[in-house]
Amino acid sequence: MGLRDATMDPVSAVLETVSLTKFFGMVRAAEDLSLRFQEGELVGIVGPNGSGKTTLLNVITGYVKPDRGRIRYQGRDITGLPPRAVADLGIARSFQMPQLYLSLTVLENLVLALAIRAGRAREFWAPLARVDRLDDARRILEQFGLEEHASHDAGQLPEGARKLLDVALSFARRPRILLMDEPTSGVSARDKSTVMDTLVPVLKGTGVTTIFVEHDMEVVQRYAERVLAFDEGKVVAAGSPDAVLADPAVRRALLGRA
Amino acid sequence: MSAGLTFTYGVVRILNLAHGNLYALGAYMGAWLVLGWGSSAWPVLSYLLLFVAAVFIGVTAGPVIERVFLRRVYGKAEEIQILLTFSILLILEDVIKLVWGVSPLFADKPYTYMGLVRLGGVDYAGYPFLLTGIAVVTGLLLWLVVTRTRFGKVLISVITDREVSSALGVNVPRIYTLAFTLGAVFAALGGAFTAPMFSLVPGIGAEVIVVSFAVVAIGGLGSIGGAALGALLVGLARATAVHLFPELDLFAIYLIMALVLLVRPQGLFGQVEARRI
Amino acid sequence: MVIVRALMGLALFLVVPPFLPEWITFLLTLAWAKALAVLGVVLLLRGGLLTFGHALYYAVGAYTAGFAVKFLGVHEGLVVLVLAVVTGATTSALLGLLLARYRGVHFGLLNLAFSMVLYAILLKFYAVTGGTDGLRLPTPLLAGIKPPPQSLRLTIYYVTVVLTALLLYVAHRFTASPLGYTLRAVRDNEVRVEYMGASVRQAIYCSYIVAGVLASVGGVLAGFSVGHIVPEVSFWTQSGEFVFVALLGGTGSVVAPIAGSIVFEFVRNYAFKYSPYTWQMTLGIVLLIIIFFLPGGLWSLTGLARRWGFATRRWTR
Repeated sequence: MGLRDATMDPVSAVLETVSLTKFFGMVRAAEDLSLRFQEGELVGIVGPNGSGKTTLLNVITGYVKPDRGRIRYQGRDITGLPPRAVADLGIARSFQMPQLYLSLTVLENLVLALAIRAGRAREFWAPLARVDRLDDARRILEQFGLEEHASHDAGQLPEGARKLLDVALSFARRPRILLMDEPTSGVSARDKSTVMDTLVPVLKGTGVTTIFVEHDMEVVQRYAERVLAFDEGKVVAAGSPDAVLADPAVRRALLGRA
Repeated sequence: MSAGLTFTYGVVRILNLAHGNLYALGAYMGAWLVLGWGSSAWPVLSYLLLFVAAVFIGVTAGPVIERVFLRRVYGKAEEIQILLTFSILLILEDVIKLVWGVSPLFADKPYTYMGLVRLGGVDYAGYPFLLTGIAVVTGLLLWLVVTRTRFGKVLISVITDREVSSALGVNVPRIYTLAFTLGAVFAALGGAFTAPMFSLVPGIGAEVIVVSFAVVAIGGLGSIGGAALGALLVGLARATAVHLFPELDLFAIYLIMALVLLVRPQGLFGQVEARRI
Repeated sequence: MVIVRALMGLALFLVVPPFLPEWITFLLTLAWAKALAVLGVVLLLRGGLLTFGHALYYAVGAYTAGFAVKFLGVHEGLVVLVLAVVTGATTSALLGLLLARYRGVHFGLLNLAFSMVLYAILLKFYAVTGGTDGLRLPTPLLAGIKPPPQSLRLTIYYVTVVLTALLLYVAHRFTASPLGYTLRAVRDNEVRVEYMGASVRQAIYCSYIVAGVLASVGGVLAGFSVGHIVPEVSFWTQSGEFVFVALLGGTGSVVAPIAGSIVFEFVRNYAFKYSPYTWQMTLGIVLLIIIFFLPGGLWSLTGLARRWGFATRRWTR
């Protein structure tokens, strides 16, 4: 049985999973997961490799179908909806390996995201690069500290900037919920805090509910407001960063057999 | 033929459009050898010649195409890989015309040697039975090689995960060459042994690639069992169509293909490839 | 301004031909007409989709004209063009339902298969299609007026150039539009497109219909300029030619297909005369050279593209 989050007020949960279960053969990626996320909070998810962190994001966004269990968003059952429909409802995600349009420029990447959000993906006559859209895109690039890269191909960006652009593309959809998959993985230790220091104020400023999966304990400790620790598809600890990371069970799971 | 196509695709992950030309090369080479050296005194020789022709084409053309051309585009965009094999197709089409000319080549001796077989009071030509026998035997051999030998195991490991296999000490480029050559030999074998049944004209390569693609698409790309079943379905459909509506033999094939793909886009035995994110 | 330069180039093609020998005008007409089919191939290539059966739509256009004249007694060229748009759109809309879920080799060869089915139909239903003899296309009327014989070639040339130029402009708008960009995005990263809330299949489907209509119109224009249509317009070598010209020109700009197509028609005119048996081999070798050394096509060779502001981006990764 997963640990229930009794501390959360059920009414204000914006996203909720009920008995979510997903096995890949013998691997338990999610087992009876019942989680609640509140409007506007910043939640970190930690856990060893293969503990089901990314699978949780994949299941919520409809990329992977759960074996059992439901997902509720703003009281609405969204289980089984495809990624496109989930995105349209206001749940966006970023990726551990940035998913960008590598042959387009950074600005084009973002402008396209804005056009699609506005429901213009099917327009074939009006130009994509409308002035107001370009202005919006530049504003977002500025927020993410990417304005100097605007005219570079996304394929030529340094890793830190790729990560930021990946989040920016999801953020451009103005989601109610943003799921981030290891926003600092692949980034040098020095740049990790730069990435997070850029992201967190932007996200907190818009009040978006953010759930991020992270390997780096320091990052989680510093930036998360609440932490869930995963192991073998179950939550082994939940609560404040300090409390969870001090939990002996979590330390065992994360740092090897101490 | 289709086994060769799906086999190389499975390993190398490039669908070789020039596969039909290897088939055509095998057919021409076989017919040419039989016309030149086949003698009615010793019928078995002509079958040997067909076999030699196929193996010769396979082991010469296969490695050249793989080493010189395909190797440069592994990991590039898929459309570039396809285009590359398309240009090889164009070149080989003309090579055949240059070497053997444009007039039809017809070596039916091996066909007539087999005589007739009496079944249920009706006479059938014997050669198609031989052909079926050969197809079944090569299919079984291929299956045995893949499932029972060390080479087969290495092959499967390369198919499953290229990087891990190479880290474990498998010489991946060599496996690629071997697999591609093996596929080429199969194509040429198919060509050489069907050659006695038809008169050969330029352009059969392109025709064959379309039909064998249909076969493979029905079965599912990369699945050898699927290719066999696909071939069976297509063969039956074609035979029925030839019997009922001679105009429609090509349609029968595409009709089946369209129906199968409508229901199962990945083919009967194909697997859906999910992208890891 | 890009537009001004484009119009200047177009003016050149409008002013010079009356002073050229008739056979050159004829080759130019063919090149412009076929450039439309090539443009269709280019649009799909921008989405990473390679088709080996685009001659299907070219043939649909040509035979629409043939049937319109033969069975409906329609001689008005403009009506025939409208009919071709309708048949081209209908065919691609139907086949697109099946094809839009395929990529790579599947997409290329399924297209090839469909075009070969049409080829077989055109060949075998002699009573309707004229079989290998094909159909004769008499001189069409233009807005009710029959062009006088001495200026027939030029009239067809002008209609072709103006119409093609118009459709190039449409294609240009398309490539710069959200849908055009979504198509490029599909080539780069389908997962992200879906997560952004756009439908990959819809983008491919719409583009496929546009590409089909373009080729269909090209088929009508080429049919009228030759005056005679044969089943070979649907044969795989014709599709292969479109792919070849698409790469020869490059996929970076909607103007490139015209350049590629004109070069191709003239080179073929000579090469075919001198060595008919090595023609395909020549094509194959040139294609290899383009793949390995000139990924942007001839267009990139001049370097003019970027300076003139036409080019968008190379098609390789």
